[in-house]
Amino acid sequence: MSAMADFSEDKDGALRFSGSLTLARLGDLPERLRDFQGQASTLDLSGVEHIDTVGAWVVHRFAGQHDAKVEGLDEDGAHLLDQVSKADEPVAVRPEYSSSFTRVLGEIGNAVTETGRTLYGLLGFLGATAIAFATVIRHPSRFRFNATVHRFEVVGVSALGIIGLMSFLIGIVIAQQGAVQLRQFGAEAFTINLVGRITLRELGVLMTAIMVAGRSGSAFAAQLGTMKLTEEIDAMRTIGVSPMEALVVPRTLAAVILMPLLGFYSSIVAIIGGGLLCWASLHIPPVTFIERIREVVPITDLYVGLVKAPVFGAIIGIAGCFQGMLVESDAEQVGLRTTAAVVQAIFLVIVLDAFFAVFFTWIGWI
Amino acid sequence: MVRAKGDPVISVRGLKTSFGDQVVHDGLDLEVRRGEILGVVGGSGTGKSVLMRAIIGLQTPDAGEITVFGEPTIGREETEAIEIRKRWGVLFQGGALFSTLTVAENVQVPLREFYPKLDQALLDEIAAYKVVMTGLPAEAGPKFPAELSGGMKKRAGLARALALDPELLFLDEPTAGLDPISAAAFDALIQSLQKTLGLTVFLITHDLDTLYAICDRVAVLADKKVIGVGTIPELLAMDHPWIQEYFNGPRGRAATATLEHEREKEKSGAS
Repeated sequence: MSAMADFSEDKDGALRFSGSLTLARLGDLPERLRDFQGQASTLDLSGVEHIDTVGAWVVHRFAGQHDAKVEGLDEDGAHLLDQVSKADEPVAVRPEYSSSFTRVLGEIGNAVTETGRTLYGLLGFLGATAIAFATVIRHPSRFRFNATVHRFEVVGVSALGIIGLMSFLIGIVIAQQGAVQLRQFGAEAFTINLVGRITLRELGVLMTAIMVAGRSGSAFAAQLGTMKLTEEIDAMRTIGVSPMEALVVPRTLAAVILMPLLGFYSSIVAIIGGGLLCWASLHIPPVTFIERIREVVPITDLYVGLVKAPVFGAIIGIAGCFQGMLVESDAEQVGLRTTAAVVQAIFLVIVLDAFFAVFFTWIGWI
Repeated sequence: MVRAKGDPVISVRGLKTSFGDQVVHDGLDLEVRRGEILGVVGGSGTGKSVLMRAIIGLQTPDAGEITVFGEPTIGREETEAIEIRKRWGVLFQGGALFSTLTVAENVQVPLREFYPKLDQALLDEIAAYKVVMTGLPAEAGPKFPAELSGGMKKRAGLARALALDPELLFLDEPTAGLDPISAAAFDALIQSLQKTLGLTVFLITHDLDTLYAICDRVAVLADKKVIGVGTIPELLAMDHPWIQEYFNGPRGRAATATLEHEREKEKSGAS
């Protein structure tokens, strides 16, 4: 390999460079040149073996600072130095940052306007989806049957395994925790009430909604976002196919129809899990367990779950499609929008769940 | 440090690559000489990009030998491969800029990676002159890739590929999707950088104007191998149907005519 870059000072104010003025061989030359205090009127580069743009830049910068002349370069080297000095323009590396106080203030402001705009946009999208549904109902021939059935499979059938396992485990956990606490009052038998009512009223549908939001809401956002990036959606519009009808309606419909089914399935599996635990640790045989469930769980508990589920499904579907349609320009946005879709769906589901709780208490379904 | 012009920088022997049942290359040989701009052409799906990916080690071939700077690139340890990677720069088709970094920070990535001791001020200056050198406006430095147009992304990608002052540059369709004026400017830029820095360039292109304007030699990929390498007149003398069709088709003739026209203009201007 060639020698490291170096320089020495001559008496007549000339700096003699030697070695290889390249990025790999530069070493501490830039620092030494920066700390150089003496006079330099000419820079003699005739001893340099090899020079690249970084070396040329260091020489150019030093020559500029000390008002020195550069000598001794061959034709190629001179051309290189010339090119580099032509490229000497102030370029900012990072965008300008303001003070942290104004930045925090600005971020809060941005977050507030962004939230407002998102809610407004979501409302608009809800309206657009409703209109698309109405058009499809008026012109049933425009309904995408195959696409919808395919969504049913992806949203519903493929989710059975994971939702079943989750619900089964949740049923066991509720029964086990309930049994431990209720035993202190000698009221273990009420574990059955706890499992039956809480799964049908709340947890079955709520946990399913969270799972569907994570599984399908995110998939909706990612799919539509990618289609937006590859201009598929624009192509659809130009051909005369409405993306709302072709993409949003099947997905939302699948979520709306399958949420109650999945929620019911989840509740039943959770009750089975709870029942097995009652059998194993409280010695309540399954027959008794089922009889007790029929006595203590009012049918309105089932209705509560089934009324909420399609609404949650609609929220998940619309939030997913809405965020997907908002993707613009780059792939990074697909990730951000997908995250936003899931967070938004789960948040709205829980807020609405609270409203539903108040509402059902008010109408006497307790 | 001085190396003879003309000795091979890349040499590919008996390369075979396939995806499942589909064989892309079978017994492909290619040599790229020091200091030349080698254009690689071929129909869609003939594996131009796959060849480039195999040479730079992103794709492991089924059989064959690839050496770059005299060192084999296949099956090397990561630590050994780094020494070779320092000496080349790659421009991917879409620029492949890191989307969370600004243009100037993108240029600094390889510098930071391989030369962590460089101080920040010098890093910033290097990024700055590289950005300007590749023909980007100074305002582009602090911008994020999402804010750039396609042509600017390619220039920024080139600035990053040139960050380490490489000896060897891989360009994958650098002028595709650019308007003719930007494409011509890009050609001129590559040629001037090649002259200034003494680069060896491996250039994949569909652009006949680029081939005529800046390539020293052209390699033609067809039938799973390189069917011809040489200057354009040498290739024209071959009677392979694809080569004839390519260079003598309507677009090929137009590009030849433009070039001849320009040469005549130069001559009359000079005399």
